[in-house]
Amino acid sequence: MIEIDSVSKVFGSGATAFTALNDVSVTIRENEFFTLLGPSGCGKTTLLRTIAGFNAPSSGSVRLDGEDLVALPPYKRPVNTVFQNYALFPHMTVAENIGFGLDMLNRPKSEIKATVAEMLELVQMTPMADRRTSEISGGQQQRVALARALAPRPKVLLLDEPLSALDYKLRKGMQVELKRLQNETGITFVFVTHDQEEALSMSDRIAVMSNSRILQVGSPHDIYDHPAERFVAEFIGETNFLTGKIAGQEGETLRVALDVGGEIIARQPPGDPAGQAVTVAVRPEHAHFCAPDSAEATVTGEVSNVVYLGTDTHFHLVLSDGTPFALRLQNTPERAADAKLGDRVGIRVAPGVAQVLRD
Amino acid sequence: MAEPKGFNVKKQHGFTTIAVLCFLLLYTPIILLVLYSFNAGTSIAIWEGFSWRWYISTWGNEQVKEAALLSLWLAIVSSAVATSVAVLAALATTRRAPYKGQTVVFAIINQPLMVPEIVTAVALLIFFALIKNYTGYTGGAYLFIAHSAFCVPFAYMPIRARLQGMDLTLEQAASDLYGTPLRVFRKVTLPLLWPGILAGAMLAFVISLDDVVITEFVKAAGQDTLPTYMLGQLRRVVTPEVNAISTVLLAISVTMVIVYFILNQRKN
Ligand SMILES: Nc1ncnc2c1ncn2[C@@H]1O[C@H](COP(=O)(O)OP(=O)(O)OP(=O)(O)O)[C@@H](O)[C@H]1O
Ligand SMILES: [Mg+2]
Repeated sequence: MIEIDSVSKVFGSGATAFTALNDVSVTIRENEFFTLLGPSGCGKTTLLRTIAGFNAPSSGSVRLDGEDLVALPPYKRPVNTVFQNYALFPHMTVAENIGFGLDMLNRPKSEIKATVAEMLELVQMTPMADRRTSEISGGQQQRVALARALAPRPKVLLLDEPLSALDYKLRKGMQVELKRLQNETGITFVFVTHDQEEALSMSDRIAVMSNSRILQVGSPHDIYDHPAERFVAEFIGETNFLTGKIAGQEGETLRVALDVGGEIIARQPPGDPAGQAVTVAVRPEHAHFCAPDSAEATVTGEVSNVVYLGTDTHFHLVLSDGTPFALRLQNTPERAADAKLGDRVGIRVAPGVAQVLRD
Repeated sequence: MAEPKGFNVKKQHGFTTIAVLCFLLLYTPIILLVLYSFNAGTSIAIWEGFSWRWYISTWGNEQVKEAALLSLWLAIVSSAVATSVAVLAALATTRRAPYKGQTVVFAIINQPLMVPEIVTAVALLIFFALIKNYTGYTGGAYLFIAHSAFCVPFAYMPIRARLQGMDLTLEQAASDLYGTPLRVFRKVTLPLLWPGILAGAMLAFVISLDDVVITEFVKAAGQDTLPTYMLGQLRRVVTPEVNAISTVLLAISVTMVIVYFILNQRKN
């Protein structure tokens, strides 16, 4: 278990000071596939390097299984990193690279040999054990970097966008492989990516970062269906935003009177909504067609564009006050209700499906 | 295909002529020097046929042998010392965040490159005279100290260049994999730095082997390196023996350059 407690990191000083981590707190559980997701420059690498020990936090603490890590240099932390550029040692063979960590730990030669063989097997690189790292492909280098970091059996494996340099097909393959490795080894993975699809498909939990902060931590399902902030909703998938005022509270949900007219029952955000005026997020696939102006219609609009996408059809609508609204239906054979360009349609959003945002 | 636009020096009139002229100016004297080292006569200007005569007489000359030995010994010791210092200096100046006074430190390390050699020579002469005055020691060690010092920047340059080109994450990866700072240096930094160190050491070696001005000022009485011995000879009677010694020095330098290139080639 990694406990990151109020960690801040300021680079430089005076006028050029830059806060790369702003009071970040998060707990990463044992054996978890934990992902840091966020746009470029939001501080993902900085947080990872703080766990690895390459930069000291300006304030706050990092603990691993209760032990304070901040005072320990990188070589004393039971944490290994797969670097974004792999950082394989060019003057060593594939096997020597993989054995490096164990060699530094002064393990007996026989044990190193056995572990290296096992790791080579695991990443399917056995035939290339004696090659130089410059003589293997990018995808193979990536697997060697992974094997090298796994060989000493760290408690935590840090992976900094390890798949970003690979082509689509190889990346898909490696995603499955990484997930399998994590299951087999039981090591905690902290994975950095700015690819939301990758994050959703691989993670046990995701931390969404923006502007040096963690905005929300949760399961992929949580993050996607119940974004707490507008940024999270926008960054992951497509979302409709409807503004309104809080009209009442019913248990876990809020009744919101929409500015465009009508009412919606939406989930309460974690923490208190800032005021009466709120934004409600609705995923395009969570909305359905119904008769316009009927009792079940949440809002009413007009179809302005229809895009056929094979598995789905994407409808662009305009609500009565001009707000755009996207609606997505799966193309199943039994799908009944449909709409054509220019149709006036009702849009139904089931109670408790939409999400009130925090800001 | 369209001609690439912009200034291309190779396309200018007279480029070939000037280039050939430059090469002639650079290499004719050296070729002549080598040629005349095989002259059968005693003149360094009149060709009288081929012979190994001057090499044989040089080989038999005790003074030359002594000077050659000192030169070699001096070059080996001072390049070793200078390279060690240069490695430390290069590590200290590249493996850290940019800092105030960077340029000053750089200038101080490279002082021998910037200060006229004669000034350094005179300064050393006076400085060593002071030490001699207090300690009474007048032996040959001063020469070794002086050479070790002024060879540092020559060794420093290629090592620093190599370090700057080296990926910092390699060392971080090594320390991430439980390498203590010393072992990271031994197992990763040093092997990758090796070509730079070799280049620096060879440069320092050749510079030391070749030095006249500082050596002339600092050497003890009766102490002579090959270059100062030759200078002394030139003041008296000039024989092709000087050519022979020069040719051997030249051969050593060229061999070192070739060896360096071969070593570098194999690394890549
Ligand atoms: N050593 C440093 N000195 C000054 N600023 C830095 C330093 N390292 C990072 N930063 C700044 O901190 C911010 C966060 O950097 P970081 O590398 O953590 O981003 P990231 O989320 O990993 O982005 P990317 O997805 O592009 O890798 C950036 O704005 C960057 O410019
Ligand atoms: Mg990064």
